[in-house]
Amino acid sequence: MNVIAEISRWAIPLLLLLIPVLAFLRKVPVYESFVAGAEDGFKTGVRILPFLIGMLLSIRVFVDSGALEIVSHWLQPLFGRLGLDPNFAAIIPLAIMRPLSGSGALGVATQLINQYGPDSYIGRLASTLQGSTDTTFFVLTVYFGSVGIKKYRYALKLGLLADLIGLIASVWIVTKTFY
Amino acid sequence: MVNLIWLLMLAIGIIVAALTGRIENVTVSAMKAAELGVEVAIELIGVMSLWLGLMRLAEDAGLVKMIARLFGPLFGRLFPSLKPDSPALGAIIMNVSANILGLGNAATPFGLKAMEELQKENTTPDVASPAMCTFLALNTSCITLIPATIIGVRLKANSANPTEIIGTTIVATGCAMTVAVIVDFLIRHRRRP
Repeated sequence: MNVIAEISRWAIPLLLLLIPVLAFLRKVPVYESFVAGAEDGFKTGVRILPFLIGMLLSIRVFVDSGALEIVSHWLQPLFGRLGLDPNFAAIIPLAIMRPLSGSGALGVATQLINQYGPDSYIGRLASTLQGSTDTTFFVLTVYFGSVGIKKYRYALKLGLLADLIGLIASVWIVTKTFY
Repeated sequence: MVNLIWLLMLAIGIIVAALTGRIENVTVSAMKAAELGVEVAIELIGVMSLWLGLMRLAEDAGLVKMIARLFGPLFGRLFPSLKPDSPALGAIIMNVSANILGLGNAATPFGLKAMEELQKENTTPDVASPAMCTFLALNTSCITLIPATIIGVRLKANSANPTEIIGTTIVATGCAMTVAVIVDFLIRHRRRP
């Protein structure tokens, strides 16, 4: 695992060194080429701004109003009916939040880890879940928005299916590994 | 579906706030969300410019094409509509690599760049192409080898073994990614006449 951590630590400095040096050796005007590419950064940032604000608006209002807890509370009996320990229901807010917002999910996961302890079942499950799926809804709206796609076809359903599989797999693997 | 989810979250949030006597929270949340959106976008402009500049250097030096050719056989099967040396393929590979290494702020610029390149090859400008759906399925379910942020949170909460969740995380993502890739493959093949 240390090897991978080291790769992550060195990856960016090495890219910053290797790409310009190789480009220079291939007679690319390195500085001018870099600046020309960087120009697009501003345009892209401005283009995705409305999508960011739109998504954040509805997510923030939903979470800050306490609706997330209420919806999670409603879903609680479902856990018992699926034959799972009702205590696992503490994970529901995180499972709902995960596809919606990265920082929001991290907040919920941090709270769960501190409340139940990092080495508790909920703590381990929250950690696994947080690391294993991405903010599907957010990524889709921003990525599609940035190039003007309005019809997502099956992309959202597919992304949410992957999140659901990630949730089920997390419960399964955490139970199997630690208990 | 997006329109419906967006409206539902907003409407349910406002109704709950009204019923629990915290309606003024909605105003605060809405204003904060707008501010946060700008903050995130401004922050992104900085890293986007940095990575897109570097990406252009790599392109001009022919490195992106080289990477695309190197990993092409692997990714080509997932993206049959793309040419083996397509610039989109290069950006997709950079995005996936950044995701795997957990370099979140590098992944987004490469991802947006990949979408831009995919859009150039899209024949229906406002409808997602199959290649885009595959890319997003791959992107949102991608394996991260070191979930650094959550390890940090566990460390701060005095975990006896903060990194013990690396294995479970990789297995869980692996399951999600496998299912996403298989289902996407099945959908594409069913739709092709």
